[in-house]
Amino acid sequence: MKILVIAEHDNLSLKPATLSTVTAALAIGQPVDVLVAGTACAGVASAAAAVAGVSRVLVADHPAHGAQLAESIAALVAEIGTQYTHILAAATTTGKNLLPRVAALLDVAQISDIIAVKSADTFVRPIYAGNALATVQSEDPVKVITVRTTAFAEAASAGNAAAVESLGVVKEQALSTFVGQQLSTSERPELTAASVVISGGRGMQSGENFVLIEKVADKLGAAIGASRAAVDAGFVPNDMQVGQTGKIVAPELYIAVGISGAIQHLAGMKDSKVIVAINKDAEAPIFQVADYGLVDDLFKVLPELAEKL
Amino acid sequence: MKILVAVKRVVDANVKVRVKADNSGVDLTNAKMAINPFCEIAVEEAIRLKEKGQADEVIVVSVGDKACHEQIRTALALGADRGIHVEAEDGLQPLAVAKLLHAIVQREAIGLVLVGKQSIDTDNNQVAQMLAALGGMPQGTFACGVEAQDGKLKVVREIDGGEQTILLSLPAVVSTDLRLNEPRYASLPNIMKAKKKPIDTLTPADLGVSVASGLRTLSVEPPPERSAGIKVGSVDELITRLKTEAKVI
Repeated sequence: MKILVIAEHDNLSLKPATLSTVTAALAIGQPVDVLVAGTACAGVASAAAAVAGVSRVLVADHPAHGAQLAESIAALVAEIGTQYTHILAAATTTGKNLLPRVAALLDVAQISDIIAVKSADTFVRPIYAGNALATVQSEDPVKVITVRTTAFAEAASAGNAAAVESLGVVKEQALSTFVGQQLSTSERPELTAASVVISGGRGMQSGENFVLIEKVADKLGAAIGASRAAVDAGFVPNDMQVGQTGKIVAPELYIAVGISGAIQHLAGMKDSKVIVAINKDAEAPIFQVADYGLVDDLFKVLPELAEKL
Repeated sequence: MKILVAVKRVVDANVKVRVKADNSGVDLTNAKMAINPFCEIAVEEAIRLKEKGQADEVIVVSVGDKACHEQIRTALALGADRGIHVEAEDGLQPLAVAKLLHAIVQREAIGLVLVGKQSIDTDNNQVAQMLAALGGMPQGTFACGVEAQDGKLKVVREIDGGEQTILLSLPAVVSTDLRLNEPRYASLPNIMKAKKKPIDTLTPADLGVSVASGLRTLSVEPPPERSAGIKVGSVDELITRLKTEAKVI
């Protein structure tokens, strides 16, 4: 058994999603190597070497890997991947973009979004928006897996001193070029890592009204999410979407405001520890999964919450 | 340029499926079926590119049993020019589907493949990336913007922290995200016209593809049920309970 975890990073810092992926890897077996592919990413490599349970950090530091485009990184991972029994990455947009390409290059299946490890070849993953859990077994020589990070605790980010080795592999390619990116800047915690999330739905009626949610979020140190309906209506950007095809969250406290509770939304938040629903429609399906439901007008409740918290 | 769009027949997005009593899968008996919503967005984008004069032909393909003719017809009614049905058992793994599509890309000399980023049944999110790998093509996944630019394709992608813009050489594979467009409805005259559009039927053997997979499903179980809690009467009661009972704030 030999496991490779693909580090999630932005060349500056190691993302917490990697820590959850390492935990999933250790549940499968050992040793666990971590690949850091990027440019000027030595800081990320040191951070990865400190993660508990990591045996070795492999660094592929080259400008050609800077934007971490799948065309280049997949070729790199496929080349070193044949030495491994398992290749894991977080089921983030980066991991989901990369690993199917790796799997196809290795001519093996890819197993998406696992939530449990039953054995070295058997895993559990949600299907049908989480309305069913499939247990799947792989006979492939290399198992290529993305990990739902909310299902695995984060490995300790300090205390280890794994060896850091430089990989001499460079994958230049001309198929795709990075043009730019527009990242949302926010003082708030990251949606998938926050311990409190408050989300608004179609009931918010407009993007401007999200200021009411912001005021509550400020009091709770919460991240702000939204239902697909709110995104589709243009109230907020898509990177705030919680649901089957958006982000999967599992905070200590999830507050759903003006969200009816479509299957697709529940898929993204029903593993939250405590769920609060605020909706004026007492029949809204969201109340079927809520620990605490408040049937009332959100335009009255939100200001009151912001004031009294 | 020829565009290939793949569509998948899936259970309608509003149906809440139940797991079969023998844990062999989910029960889809008499369930309403539809084109996977992301595939519908891919069809729409292909038709728009053709309407803008950036594509000559839109070919729609579906892999599955005979029932998926219904979804191919729907795409034809929306504006695709012709259909290809790859007759195969339902539930093929994404790698097998990608291999079948790859064979069609080569056969038809396709310039751009548009697929949905994910199907709402198996939730894999793999086919586009795998097809791109097999064909040595670039991939623009989770696209919310697609634009032809000097023989290349500019793709804006939805990523976790915001948006990313990349430039792809052609041929390329693009997987569609929700905000890319709003699919149109088929008009009655177009539905009638679609009945006359051709649909070729091929088998994996015709395409020289093995659909074997190293992955099998051992069982399918219902998720742990979450039960409804209590209704609180006021904001004060809510705050008190969150503090003293749930202890989360």
